[in-house]
Amino acid sequence: MPEPLIDDQLDPSFRVQISQEKGGEKITRCFACATCTLSCPVRAVDDSFNPRRIIHLALLGAKQEVLESGFVWLCSSCYLCSERCPQDVSVTELMCAIRNIAVREGRIPAAYIAQLELLDKHGRLYEIGDFENKKRTKMGLPRVEEKREEVARILELVGATRYYRKEPAP
Amino acid sequence: MRVALFLGCTVPVRATNYEQAFRRVAAEFGTEVIDINDFSCCGFPAKAVDRMIPLVMAARNLALAEREGVEAVVTLCNACTETLTETNHVLRHDPEQQEKVAGHLANLGYRYDGSMTVRHAARFLYQEIGLDRIRTKVTQPLAGWRIAAYPGCHYTKPAEIYEGFDRPERPISLNLLVEATGAETLELEGTCCGGGTLGAKEETALKMARMTLDQMKERGADAVALICPFCDVMFEQNQKKIERQVGVEYGLPVLYYPQLLGLALGIPREELGFSINRIKMDRLWQKLDAQAMRG
Repeated sequence: MPEPLIDDQLDPSFRVQISQEKGGEKITRCFACATCTLSCPVRAVDDSFNPRRIIHLALLGAKQEVLESGFVWLCSSCYLCSERCPQDVSVTELMCAIRNIAVREGRIPAAYIAQLELLDKHGRLYEIGDFENKKRTKMGLPRVEEKREEVARILELVGATRYYRKEPAP
Repeated sequence: MRVALFLGCTVPVRATNYEQAFRRVAAEFGTEVIDINDFSCCGFPAKAVDRMIPLVMAARNLALAEREGVEAVVTLCNACTETLTETNHVLRHDPEQQEKVAGHLANLGYRYDGSMTVRHAARFLYQEIGLDRIRTKVTQPLAGWRIAAYPGCHYTKPAEIYEGFDRPERPISLNLLVEATGAETLELEGTCCGGGTLGAKEETALKMARMTLDQMKERGADAVALICPFCDVMFEQNQKKIERQVGVEYGLPVLYYPQLLGLALGIPREELGFSINRIKMDRLWQKLDAQAMRG
């Protein structure tokens, strides 16, 4: 049995932080009916993912547990829970809000760093160079040119380059 | 109708069969499809990092389409569809976000008025071309083909952003599109393919895909027709891996809906990108050839 979470491990401001984050506004509406968990296709094959538990850990203030456990990254974003939630909590958007908080607090998964690097480098997740374009031409498809500059500029404007470029935070 | 085709990241590199078939089919119906070379990734992959990133990336793409004066942006990938549609929705309903996005766009030299219609290719075929026009053009009905039509999550969800299109949980438009080719469809419980979880935990994602593959197989599918490259990653590109893991054999061909439609329209299969499809189609080709011979 894991140790119970007690007061000095809890951060009561976490629920406020989430409800002020885009997508997390409706977290306090949850009345714990478990419709999300019972609808969840990830949960159906993997017991370690339980959206209701994440919501209630967050409401309790178990910030460290929520952010460090990595559970929020398992959500497949299928939106089934969001469609069914009787309190319209928007659970999928809530998971995204917690992900955005986790990233800002230094817990960005390696896969997302790699994706940001690709977007910066190619403007897309996959390179399209001569090799790819040759194959496209053979199929009668038009050439596609990489337009990375403006995508890299967007990442700069939004302040996301600090997650993958080795530079001090702005 | 003049539309811009939004390719996104995966389709122009890894799902050229989907792209080729859609372009070919659209031409058959007289749709003018243009390419905008400045399009980039829709922004979806970065939503988990900071939701402002996809808003600005999507708005930039939509601004490019607006500038070009097309009637709609037609998307092939469900994630692109969702991201571009959601961006329209946010910009129309959240003035605070709208202002921030407009500021970033201005910095890049763009302005987006929020007027651009976004249509998934399947929705485009269903709503703008229509089942009746499709049926009248079918010259090679796929009679006796049992097809598992798999629309994928972001085709209709979150319902809020799609403003009443189809039934969010169990959409029917793809089934009707498949049936318009003369094929039969199966009843499926629409569970997620697992694509969204693949990066975080492969084992879990593959189990999710397996649940649906099992269902398709049990219900006697000859093939799967889908409309999203992520679903394709799970059901086609990972099918062999799942077979090895669980010791079953699905042997279930996976094709993109425009490929299926193209066959029914009598377009030669070489023009529909089938060399890219990985799972043997032999049984279906035999059916098709026998049908063609009977005329």
